[in-house]
Amino acid sequence: MADEPILSVRDLHTHFFADEGVVRAVDGTSFDLHSGRTLGIVGESGCGKSVTAKSILRIVERPGRIVSGQIMLRRQNGSTVDLTTLPTDGREMRSIRGGEIGLVFQEPMSSLSAFHTIGNQLMEGIRLHKDLSKRAIREQAIELLNMVGIPRPAQRIDSYSFELSGGLRQRVMIAMALAAEPRVLIADEPTTALDVTTQAQILDLIRRLQQERDLAVMLITHDMGVIAEMADDVVVMYLGKEVEKGPVDEIFHAPRHPYTQSLLRSIPSVLAEPRSRLATITGSIPHPFARPGGCPFHPRCPDRHDVCEIIVPAEVVIGENHVTACHLYTKVPA
Amino acid sequence: MLAYLVRRVGLAVITIWAITIVTFIILQLPPGDFVDAYVAQASAMGTAISAGEAAALRHAYGLDQSVWVQYYKWMAHIVHGEFGQSFEYGRPVTEVIGDRLWLTILLSIGAIIVTWGLALPIGIYSAVRQYSIGDYIFTFIGFVGLAVPNFLLALIIMYVGLRVFNVSVGGLFSSEFQLAPWSWAKVWDLAGHLPVPMLILALAGTAQLVRIMRANLLDELRRPYVVTARARGLSERRVIMKYPVRAALNPFASTIGYLLPYTVSGSVIISVVLSLPTVGPLLLHSLISQDMLLGSTIILMLGVLTVFGTLLSDLLLMWIDPRIRLGQLK
Repeated sequence: MADEPILSVRDLHTHFFADEGVVRAVDGTSFDLHSGRTLGIVGESGCGKSVTAKSILRIVERPGRIVSGQIMLRRQNGSTVDLTTLPTDGREMRSIRGGEIGLVFQEPMSSLSAFHTIGNQLMEGIRLHKDLSKRAIREQAIELLNMVGIPRPAQRIDSYSFELSGGLRQRVMIAMALAAEPRVLIADEPTTALDVTTQAQILDLIRRLQQERDLAVMLITHDMGVIAEMADDVVVMYLGKEVEKGPVDEIFHAPRHPYTQSLLRSIPSVLAEPRSRLATITGSIPHPFARPGGCPFHPRCPDRHDVCEIIVPAEVVIGENHVTACHLYTKVPA
Repeated sequence: MLAYLVRRVGLAVITIWAITIVTFIILQLPPGDFVDAYVAQASAMGTAISAGEAAALRHAYGLDQSVWVQYYKWMAHIVHGEFGQSFEYGRPVTEVIGDRLWLTILLSIGAIIVTWGLALPIGIYSAVRQYSIGDYIFTFIGFVGLAVPNFLLALIIMYVGLRVFNVSVGGLFSSEFQLAPWSWAKVWDLAGHLPVPMLILALAGTAQLVRIMRANLLDELRRPYVVTARARGLSERRVIMKYPVRAALNPFASTIGYLLPYTVSGSVIISVVLSLPTVGPLLLHSLISQDMLLGSTIILMLGVLTVFGTLLSDLLLMWIDPRIRLGQLK
């Protein structure tokens, strides 16, 4: 990890300003993406994973807004730019979207327009970032479809999304995300809507493309299995905050934060006693407008102390690149 | 696709035939017939018509025969392109309708174009800038437009036109051209008179379409495919115009089906108020005087217009929506 990161997110806060109050969807998260490595972001639904991805691309919908923090991108020409300072619909931000950072979205069924052929949408992605002739763009689009493993790409390029299966659509989405050869790929729950066999194929595809293109991948998922298979580093998020972050082996073998421990306990295992109850995390995610004070996880935490209800825990360094935000590891007397 | 077309056209023909039957039956429903109305009118003017004379008139018009014989005769003529004589005007129905038909169609198509031209951009603006001041203003005007009957609007515009600008808004021709044969000067005169009635006719439909467009587009704007288009690096304006607006266009195409006949039948009162030489007032009058053949011909024309409009919007939908073209949506 000696190389400089391509993208570093520092203390990002993205809030939604609704009439009923402010939802702190992302509330202080920091991580780095490196070429050739995969960062997994895990957490339950509604913990701010997708909003983090949208914040990086600056496509957070109103009434959401980045409140503070930095998103530093090392551009292809060597300069570094803070994405939070760019106008959202400006030329530079648009050249970064698709051009330097590609996005694969979670719903392959509805992420493609039914009114345009997949080729139309794929070629649009190339045309926006490259100055090529029509014919060259079409050839490249067919080449991309071939690369992601779509059979008969020269014919399929003129088909509509509703003529393809879910797995094929997700392959098209990946081709689209990589159309302009970005160096960062954000995959937001890329396999959630797919059946298990297709899931494995898509993950293999992402890994293969990562190796071929030395991509920095940010993989968002709620599936610990996917993380174990794909990630080099892991960020565990809860209610918009990162609670633990570290190398994948440490997270799985020496999880420190009670939330990470509970998540790992709730993975079904083939080695478990048959007919035994699956461990779950007690309680459910609190309503966004009724956020608990102190540590956000304390109402559901098995190891809670009085201090957790009052003071937000600071991040503590546990080992090399391994940090967690929990009072169990701070010096505050419990 | 060809099979689909053939089926649609076949259905259209059957529908039109059914319309002729219904039309004829409906026109027979009110008590009395044209001769009764004629006798009543004559006696009101002080001329007595004897029972014998009335019977002779009935025989002359064929009103003494059964409904089915009358229908058969009417149909037999229509198939040959003859629509019969108007009882009241004593002239062929086609001649009575004459130019009015073309003026009506011109006015209707103009009104539809104005409706679309206004509703499309306003609907897009209202959805994209939801809850902005502009959206609220358009929403307010839209609801007023829906609530105010447009003949009232026609009256107000006439009043304002006369009082403030000292122009007479009524009619489609200046008095010197009213009976003149067609010439470039008359066409030019018509062009000057068209915009105001077109606008009034368009307004009610516009308010409705703006609401439809706004609601549809709001739905589409939140779809994932909009996010992916944005993530590709497309500018916000292009994203919206290319993807969600395209998807929200379907109801626009469907509106032709009902807008075409609506601008004819829905405009009767406006046409009377603005004294427009269109088909609407003629229909009203023929129904009052029970002028059978004139009335049925006009209603038949409205029916054909509806069927034709629906067919047109089906074809348009096939053209703009690949899911329909490729048989995904039934």
